[in-house]
Amino acid sequence: MFLSWRQIRRASIWTNVLIIFIMILTFLNLVVVSGILVGLIEGASRTYRSDYSGDILVTKLPSKRFIEDSPRLLKIIESFPEVETYTYRYLDPGVLESNYKKLTKSVDVPDQASTLIAGINPEVEDQLTNISRHIVEGEYLDENDQGKILLGHFLMEENVPEVSGVQSLSGIKVGEKVRLTIDGTEKEFTVKGILVSKIESISFRAFLPEKEFRRMTGRADFNLDEIAIKIKPGYDPELVKEALLASGVGDKARVQTWEESQGKFFQDIKKTFNILGAAIGSIGLAVASITIFIVIYINAISRRKFIGIQKAIGISPQSIESAYIFQSIFYAVFGSFFGLLILYVFLIPFFQANPIDFPFSDGILVAPAGSTFLRILLLFATTLIAGYVPAKIVTRKNTLDSILGR
Amino acid sequence: MLELKNITRTFVSGSVETRVLKGISLTIKEREFVAIVGPSGAGKSTLLYQMSLLDHPTSGSVSVDGEDITDLKPEEGSFYRLNNFGIVFQDYALVPELTAEENVALPDLMRGVERLVAMEKARQVLEKFDMGHAYGKLPSQLSGGEQQRVSVARAIAGKPKLLFADEPTANLDSERSIGVIETLKKLNEEGQTIIMVTHELEYARMANRIIEIRDGVLVSDTKTK
Repeated sequence: MFLSWRQIRRASIWTNVLIIFIMILTFLNLVVVSGILVGLIEGASRTYRSDYSGDILVTKLPSKRFIEDSPRLLKIIESFPEVETYTYRYLDPGVLESNYKKLTKSVDVPDQASTLIAGINPEVEDQLTNISRHIVEGEYLDENDQGKILLGHFLMEENVPEVSGVQSLSGIKVGEKVRLTIDGTEKEFTVKGILVSKIESISFRAFLPEKEFRRMTGRADFNLDEIAIKIKPGYDPELVKEALLASGVGDKARVQTWEESQGKFFQDIKKTFNILGAAIGSIGLAVASITIFIVIYINAISRRKFIGIQKAIGISPQSIESAYIFQSIFYAVFGSFFGLLILYVFLIPFFQANPIDFPFSDGILVAPAGSTFLRILLLFATTLIAGYVPAKIVTRKNTLDSILGR
Repeated sequence: MLELKNITRTFVSGSVETRVLKGISLTIKEREFVAIVGPSGAGKSTLLYQMSLLDHPTSGSVSVDGEDITDLKPEEGSFYRLNNFGIVFQDYALVPELTAEENVALPDLMRGVERLVAMEKARQVLEKFDMGHAYGKLPSQLSGGEQQRVSVARAIAGKPKLLFADEPTANLDSERSIGVIETLKKLNEEGQTIIMVTHELEYARMANRIIEIRDGVLVSDTKTK
């Protein structure tokens, strides 16, 4: 330690800075690349949770048309002390039409878009999902609105790529009329607002106040399609889900945590991106280990004579090797320290405040402490080997040959 | 104290064999100051390397105080040198990143002596060699003569049984060379056993025994006083 500390202290400061800089980049490469890849999905996942599903999503059983006995289930849900708030939705497929008033020939057909129509209680929905903030044009719904509809922006032609094949409506603006048909019932609505969201369950849907929806669909039984529940901070969604199932909600509906409700796809793609990030990171790790190897090897080989002298005066090869290993650890410690500093003090807060605008999510940087620690360990292990091997190669040489430069 | 029995050393390079030492036997007693002399290529330094365990003889044995140390493994050899030998090289061989006092303290630190104690001891030894001004200086900030004195200080700081000096004046001018030889002489007078390789007869005469090697064979062994 004495030897290596002196070597570090008296080495060129620029050499030390350069090696530490490489270690910082390696650390960031290991953590940030996979962090951003996972963050793409994590961002989408978190947005889905905050903007749509809540912590727990209750949906109809696959074999049923609605969540039967919904009013009773709502009472059960309300009775849970862990529940902070909830919202409920009626869903039915419907067909929206525009331009139907401008048709001149009998063979002309209006623009049509088949989509899911959601009946919501505007106030409670906004309390949980803050959906009103997605209004980019017009206004949000009011509970007593009649003949008013909100449209997701992907229902409008100008927002849908031509090649996508998605049905859309042309010439739609706030105040324009659209015709909605649900299960044979037809009604004209005025577009009250346009919603923009990266959540498909918002951007591809149309929203009506629940009363209007029930009137159109004849859902007098108040049976719902979805109940999104937000639980109080500190409670585990999984445990609350179990409690809901135990209370009998599971007999009438499917109860899922927000993660489960996103389906296997999200989990699979998260795993895939993790693997991708690890693959890219391992390339960085290999580059860093080769760099450390070269630096230590050149350092050791250029000091071969002095290593020989140290061995000649009785310093054990292990002590000399330890000096180089300590040097490697020094670089790894400082590289990781500054890397952590940059990561947690600068990068993560930066990406939280300025998410990367991807088409399907607001990408954030995900770096959980556990996996970051694991990557630091990996960096240490690699650096240790990269420092030990060249030191071993040089100290193994014959003492006299080293001294005499043979 | 040190006994060599029929030491040979042959170097093989491809199909060429070079016999550098051809069966040298000798005994060096405690408190002796022995100079090994001979022309260039005679095998003086090779003989010193066999004695100091820096090289392994092709045949023969090396014993110190009756203990055969010929076949010590490299790590054991290092440990043995650390505790029993001091070595002075012709090009000083100081560790460039360490100050004079750190260089002198290094063997003690490796022996496990506490840092402050080792440093204090190193300062005392340097003081003894009139190198008090050089404590905190790096080798690059010292003259050749000063570096060699630091090198001698390092070699004797651990009070070794045997002090080996391989051409300690080779890189010094005559004034500084005499200074180094006088230092060795003084150490010998204090009881230090010294074995020095030199090609300068003038300095060899300051030892109390001169062994002459020629073509790998001991040709003369004379007492100077």
